[in-house]
Amino acid sequence: MTTAARTRAARATRRAARPARTNRIGLEKTSYRGRPSTLCKGCGHDSVSQRIVNAAWEMGLDQTQVVKLSGIGCSSKTPAYYLGWSHGFNSLHGRMPSVATGAIVANRSLEVIGVSGDGDSASIGIGQFKHAVRRNLPLIYIVENNGVYGLTKGQFSATADEGQVLKYQGLNDLPPLDICMEALTANATFVARSFAGDPKQLEALLKAAINHRGIAVLDIISPCVTFNNHDTSTKSYGFGRANEIRLHDLNFVPEFEEIEIEEYEDELEVELHDGGTIVLKKLDPDHDPKDRTAAYNVIQRSLDEQKLITGLLYISEEEPTFTELLDITETPLAHLPDRKLRPSREALEGVMASLA
Amino acid sequence: MSVAVREAPIGRPDAPAAVNDFAINVATANGSGSQTSNGVLLRALFKMGIPINGKNLFPSNIQGLPTWYIIRLSKDGFLARREMTDIQVCMNGRTVAEDMERVASGGIVLYDDSLPIANHRKDVTYYPMPVKELVKEASLPHALRDYVANMVYVGVLAELLGIETSEIEAALLHHFEGKEKAAGLNMEMVDRAIEWAAGHVERHAGYRVERMTGFNEGKILVDGNTAGALGALAGGLSLASWYPITPSSSMAESVEKYAPALRTDEDTGKSTVAVIQAEDELAAMGMVVGAGWTGARAMTCTSGPGISLMAEFAGLAYFAEIPAVIWDIQRMGPSTGLPTRTSQGDIHAAYYLSHGDTRHVVLFPANPVECFEFGRVAFDLAEELQTLVIVLSDLDLGMNQHISEPFEYSDAPFKRGKVLSAEDLEERQGSWGRYMDVDGDGVAYRTLPGTKHNMAAYFTRGTGHNEYGYYSERPDDWEQNLERLKRKFETARQLAPKPIVDDVEGSEVGIISLGSNHEGVEEGRARLANAGLSTSYLRLRALPIDESVRSFIDRYRTIFVIEANSDGQLHSILTTEEPAQALKLISIAKCDGLPLSARFISEQIQQALEEEL
Repeated sequence: MTTAARTRAARATRRAARPARTNRIGLEKTSYRGRPSTLCKGCGHDSVSQRIVNAAWEMGLDQTQVVKLSGIGCSSKTPAYYLGWSHGFNSLHGRMPSVATGAIVANRSLEVIGVSGDGDSASIGIGQFKHAVRRNLPLIYIVENNGVYGLTKGQFSATADEGQVLKYQGLNDLPPLDICMEALTANATFVARSFAGDPKQLEALLKAAINHRGIAVLDIISPCVTFNNHDTSTKSYGFGRANEIRLHDLNFVPEFEEIEIEEYEDELEVELHDGGTIVLKKLDPDHDPKDRTAAYNVIQRSLDEQKLITGLLYISEEEPTFTELLDITETPLAHLPDRKLRPSREALEGVMASLA
Repeated sequence: MSVAVREAPIGRPDAPAAVNDFAINVATANGSGSQTSNGVLLRALFKMGIPINGKNLFPSNIQGLPTWYIIRLSKDGFLARREMTDIQVCMNGRTVAEDMERVASGGIVLYDDSLPIANHRKDVTYYPMPVKELVKEASLPHALRDYVANMVYVGVLAELLGIETSEIEAALLHHFEGKEKAAGLNMEMVDRAIEWAAGHVERHAGYRVERMTGFNEGKILVDGNTAGALGALAGGLSLASWYPITPSSSMAESVEKYAPALRTDEDTGKSTVAVIQAEDELAAMGMVVGAGWTGARAMTCTSGPGISLMAEFAGLAYFAEIPAVIWDIQRMGPSTGLPTRTSQGDIHAAYYLSHGDTRHVVLFPANPVECFEFGRVAFDLAEELQTLVIVLSDLDLGMNQHISEPFEYSDAPFKRGKVLSAEDLEERQGSWGRYMDVDGDGVAYRTLPGTKHNMAAYFTRGTGHNEYGYYSERPDDWEQNLERLKRKFETARQLAPKPIVDDVEGSEVGIISLGSNHEGVEEGRARLANAGLSTSYLRLRALPIDESVRSFIDRYRTIFVIEANSDGQLHSILTTEEPAQALKLISIAKCDGLPLSARFISEQIQQALEEEL
């Protein structure tokens, strides 16, 4: 037996002897996995999937009460790769938000995670994206943003950088749409940007998004290793690592975890509706994520300076969600028994009398 | 199959002017408030027991373009659109010349005396109405004058025809939902007009109305869109999403109007139905699909341009096997120009909507009672078959007022289809396949998101799934799936509403028609019977067709397929589905924006039979 093999064997023995770690509902992390990914090796999207698995496991989410939705594209394939006990729906290109709206209104008790891409949300689906945001749909809206179409092999999306050159398409001479800016102008109540290669920040943001009551837009720069990973692209690994400026150090504290915050000099605790808090340690002392104007400025600055400014850009817990505005029963509409889904005999007779 | 033998038709639909048997055409400019006066006239006549219908021919415009409202009175209960006009009311200068030409010989013209009149016909009686003067005398608030001016012709018609003023008053109160001031203001104008008419208008011997019994007792006056909305609310609707489009908007608005009274949860005071105005028809349909997938009864209502936008989702619902309901209130299409004119031009589009091999269950309500019933039946079928169901109504049925039996309450359990609960899964030890044909009817079992069992979940995609719902690109897997979908379509044939068949003994000619053509077909048959030609009639209520349609075609020498579109779309579907008998099927199709008239139907059949000889 070689040394390496001996080491491996020893490690395996130690692993077997140690009781598997379980979360607050008694499940191991492996229970939160999905099917094997079929994306290219090194794809940023797979990192995001892993972060979703981690966040859901650490939060102790009951997967049977989670729904995974997506549109069409590489990013939209990923819901098959995480949370295997959750219902998933790979729907139509650019139309995930409307499917999510129907699912959420039909069953308001579900935790709904939508995954989309830049083509899916900023190009074909910009309308549905903005209207879902405008409605403050209780939805986690993840955009895995790489500025390029992967499944159709390398066309520009609406978030591609101006002046960028791609192998097949040549020069992109149009300015990009910025997902966070679009979300903000549509009155989003949670806007964050992160980088697929930044596990700690991304997990903290995902957990905060899970606890946010309205729409949580997460623009995650997720490099395409096959079609758009040139260092000149703002959606590449190289660019991300070299130019990422974190707004804050993030630490998310769910309500069911003992709060253990390290003392920070200047920090901001943001309370989320169901008791969790997100604690931000400021790198940029000027940024207050409750200040919409400040959020606009940060995004504009990041566009001007071509820097990837990441973190929680904006959050507001004040606005009513779409399901609250509809004034529907707390019991999910899909769970109501027949007798609650039809009028009384007298009520219908009353209408008949008014038409006689 | 039950075969009803129809009694010989009574009455003579083409008889000369008689009491309670003529047509009034009111020409106005739209946006002038004529909807109120026309609605009041219709309702007053309805309450006098007279069989009536009102057809509103209106432009795609808010103010100023010509509008006609045609009220037909038929003591024998023939309620199709009548081509002839006996009494013409002229309130619109832009159309007054053609309006006056329309009147049948011996008819009457009432006109606003301020309109430019070129020449008078000798065979028609003219009465100039001093509209401006009467309005001025009434000393009404200035802003209301134009709206109330239309009450002048209501009053003059009341005096001329003998419409009971108490019924006009009651109809006004009904229109203004009990607001006495508004009703009173309008009634004052009506009274002044009656007073004027008493001294200036001579009552006609034939054109008269009289209170009658035997037809309207116990009935309601309602449009198809309201009926469909009430049916959906009574049928378990949980989510209605829509995008404004004529002529379907009033259906969504009716859902909103009646939801508080019909669907407020007694225990919590909260609503048990959500109504969402979407950003477009794509989103409206996406919401229906999302809600149907999650286990709620969801529908959208739209018209032709809308179903075009919904086409991709229609295919997704078909292949991912998600219950969904679309109400298509048909109009002319595409774009604008004739969006306020009726048509049955979406039969093809609806039946085959989307890409890939899709065929959908399509329902054809013919009257408000069926709109109400199909409001629920569409959901039952969608959930039993786990598929898209399209209800094809049209502008004439949907937006015009029709005399109807009141809608019957039902507390029969909803048919929710094959859904596995957590307990079911426990019993099966978690073993199940989303697209597995366990029962041999092509319909597989599904689970709903939120089912508390760790084997409940499955992953939904449009195509590329095997029996277990796993991703598969194997040719065998997909071919088997398509074979199962075909079996499911055969099940749909059995479950869809059956045709209504009227076999007349000794007749060799059959008629197949659908939807709102019914009144025109029935009257057309009465005309043909008077001319010595008896016909049998099958009213199709759904696609796909079932065995009874084939046997009906078998039984008759010649079958006329009657529809309100240009290409004979139903005819083409029937010839495709019954190729062996295709030569027996003759298309009678017309598309001019108007509901089919009895005269058109009977003349076309007579002409075609003559050519055959």
